[in-house]
Amino acid sequence: MPENTVDTEKIEKDKRKIKAVKKMKEIMTFYYIDAKTAAENNKKVAWITSGGPVEPLIAMDIIPVYPENHGAMIGASKMGVDLCEKAEAMGYASDLCSYARSDISCATVNGGPIGGLPKPDMLICGNNICGTVLKWYEIQARYFNVPLFIFDTPFCHTGFYEEMRRYVRSQVDEYIEFIEIAAGRKLDRDRMEEVGKLSVAGQRMWQAVLDTTVNKPAPMSAFDAFFHLALIVTLRGTQTAVDYYQELLDEMNQRVKDGIGAVPNERYRLLWDNLPIWYRTKWLSDKFAAHDACLVADTYTSAWCGSLRYMDENDFLNSMAEGYTRIYLNIGVDEMARSVCDMVDKYDVDGLVIHSNRSCKPYSLGQYDIQRLVEEKKGIPSLLIEADMCDERMFSESQIETRIDAFIEMLKGRSRR
Amino acid sequence: MQDILKEMAEVVRDPFDYGWKLKTISGRKIVGYVCTYAPEEIILAAGAYPLRLFGTTGNIERADAHLQSYCCSLVRGVLEEGLRGGTDFLDGMVFPHTCDSIQRLSDLWRMNVTQGFHVDAVLPVKLDTQSARQYMIDVLQRFKTDLERELDCSITDENLSKAIRLMNEIRRLLCRIFELRSDQPGLLTGDALYTLVKATMIMNRARSREILQEVVMKMEAEKSSSEEGTVSHTKRLLMAGGICNQPQIHDLIEAAGGAVVWDDFCTGSRYFETLVATDKDPITAIADRFIERAVCPAKHAGLSNRAEDLIRIAREKKAKGVIFLYLKFCDPHAFDYPYLKNALDQEGIPSLLLEVEDPLPAEGQLQTRFEAFLEML
Repeated sequence: MPENTVDTEKIEKDKRKIKAVKKMKEIMTFYYIDAKTAAENNKKVAWITSGGPVEPLIAMDIIPVYPENHGAMIGASKMGVDLCEKAEAMGYASDLCSYARSDISCATVNGGPIGGLPKPDMLICGNNICGTVLKWYEIQARYFNVPLFIFDTPFCHTGFYEEMRRYVRSQVDEYIEFIEIAAGRKLDRDRMEEVGKLSVAGQRMWQAVLDTTVNKPAPMSAFDAFFHLALIVTLRGTQTAVDYYQELLDEMNQRVKDGIGAVPNERYRLLWDNLPIWYRTKWLSDKFAAHDACLVADTYTSAWCGSLRYMDENDFLNSMAEGYTRIYLNIGVDEMARSVCDMVDKYDVDGLVIHSNRSCKPYSLGQYDIQRLVEEKKGIPSLLIEADMCDERMFSESQIETRIDAFIEMLKGRSRR
Repeated sequence: MQDILKEMAEVVRDPFDYGWKLKTISGRKIVGYVCTYAPEEIILAAGAYPLRLFGTTGNIERADAHLQSYCCSLVRGVLEEGLRGGTDFLDGMVFPHTCDSIQRLSDLWRMNVTQGFHVDAVLPVKLDTQSARQYMIDVLQRFKTDLERELDCSITDENLSKAIRLMNEIRRLLCRIFELRSDQPGLLTGDALYTLVKATMIMNRARSREILQEVVMKMEAEKSSSEEGTVSHTKRLLMAGGICNQPQIHDLIEAAGGAVVWDDFCTGSRYFETLVATDKDPITAIADRFIERAVCPAKHAGLSNRAEDLIRIAREKKAKGVIFLYLKFCDPHAFDYPYLKNALDQEGIPSLLLEVEDPLPAEGQLQTRFEAFLEML
């Protein structure tokens, strides 16, 4: 290969590198150092679920720590199998959520990519994402012997009713009381208002970042979104998150102007459903890119801004009852299918890639119906991948590779583009 | 007694055939449900029959197009019957909110099974706060209104009170049968006992009550006649888990020299323990029973209550060991297992875990495990 080709390739690759990544890594490193040294700095740590109401914690200067984000890191660093096996040795069935299995065993050995999470002073469990978190947090509450608050968001099969609003709204007050007792001081209501505004601003900004992929070529892919998601999950309600996403948005807009796509010759635009397969994101990203296919959007990362329409930045505590209850996973399968159809239109998608994730029943059970409805309503084909977000034993590379190849062949045969 | 048991066994063997007959003969409405958090009293007060579904005894074919293989056989089986038309005699279904899988089953049923109405009762998940209790009452009120609309009827407090009395009596009778059998396991086989429980949940409750009354009478009589000189070598066991779809499993336990003398099961004590109070507003009283009764692990009533209950029951019933009988892919139970097992270990109570699916594995396999476990006790 002549030398100048290598150079061009490198330049091409560098051109596509998202510059904000470096800053993101710095922010996350700083965040974890802060969390791990919390006790020395007289700060409290709360473990909280990814869909949990974090804003009052931020307003109270309590450091939120996310076992699910930890799970993702464990998966991405391919330490999932080892930790899952440890949990199985503790008696947990191998069919259980691999985040939960990893986190439960990790707590007992301080293993994983960052030597375990800082010990919690309290646990906040929002069950708007699943029933698994309830069991998981009960286990950790027993293990660490710390208080547990359950933020119970009734499931919205077909609607959100007045009694649900009353129930969740009263829990917002109970929650604030709970953290006030745990922290030993009162919540500053002015600060709370400010954090509420920042949370909404951050969600809007994140949505704006995701929206840049309506452009052709898409300046980023779902694989990038999986990475950049970390801040809207962990630092929602902070200026840091707003500023970071502003920077990322500027970069994406510039890329759009310069016509730089995440995938060099974007030919097929795909939509991803379910959590990432953390230990294979690079492999999958390369695999699709090699076929000139870009995963331009996904149902997962957009879940952290999907209920914005119910949130009122000027009345955060009242509106969060509905905002936290009507998130993507806490709604009926038919409503989820409608949401996927809307995304197909919005991002002008050619095909759907569905990750049937053994770890996540509320996300995965119902996917066959979503697949059928989207195929019917939008006339696009779909690919179903059977795997698991963290447990690599559930991933069959050769089988999945064959299916991806066949799927792309099928897309080629269609005359859309 | 044999006739009674035969009638019950027939109902359990083919609940759908029973459902059709019940409907034709009575001319009344039948409402299906899948878990013991369904407010049966409200269904009864609406003049309808509540009928519990337990999945399918046939192969799963149609449901495979809607549910992955890592969904439990109960949920897949219920959907299979819905799609197959086995449950077409139902006028409607109620889905109380419990676990993630039943939650999605409700959606899939609503979207794919066209026969009958569909109602969700989105109960609270936590049960140990005042606001959760108020929400539970509100949900049951909504359920009552939904049912009135769907069944085109008016549910009066008088009918609710009547239904509460009927269900309380059934609960008392079942409890009495369990107690009698706990005192003298030889009075009734485990298979017969659990067939009674299952049939009770399927049948016209008035008939269930009659049958249970008769069973109690017969057991009382037999008990007094054989009171003297009964030295039992049976090893007393507890069984804990979700649902037991195969009462025949008890034949294997009994053949190995054991007997399940009490349980923590959705098709057992969790169904009949705790009565509905009769001295307050009926809906509030039904809500309070759901708050107070032993929980399904998909609900939260505290961090240590399930282990404490299990140990207390084991002590009270003088059980030598515990068999955890779990349905494969049942997450709430599987998550609680290590904690419950450790709690039993600390008390020196041995336990055995069996993860099963419908249909059961080959008999020999289970037989060996029961024998080994009982030998150890």
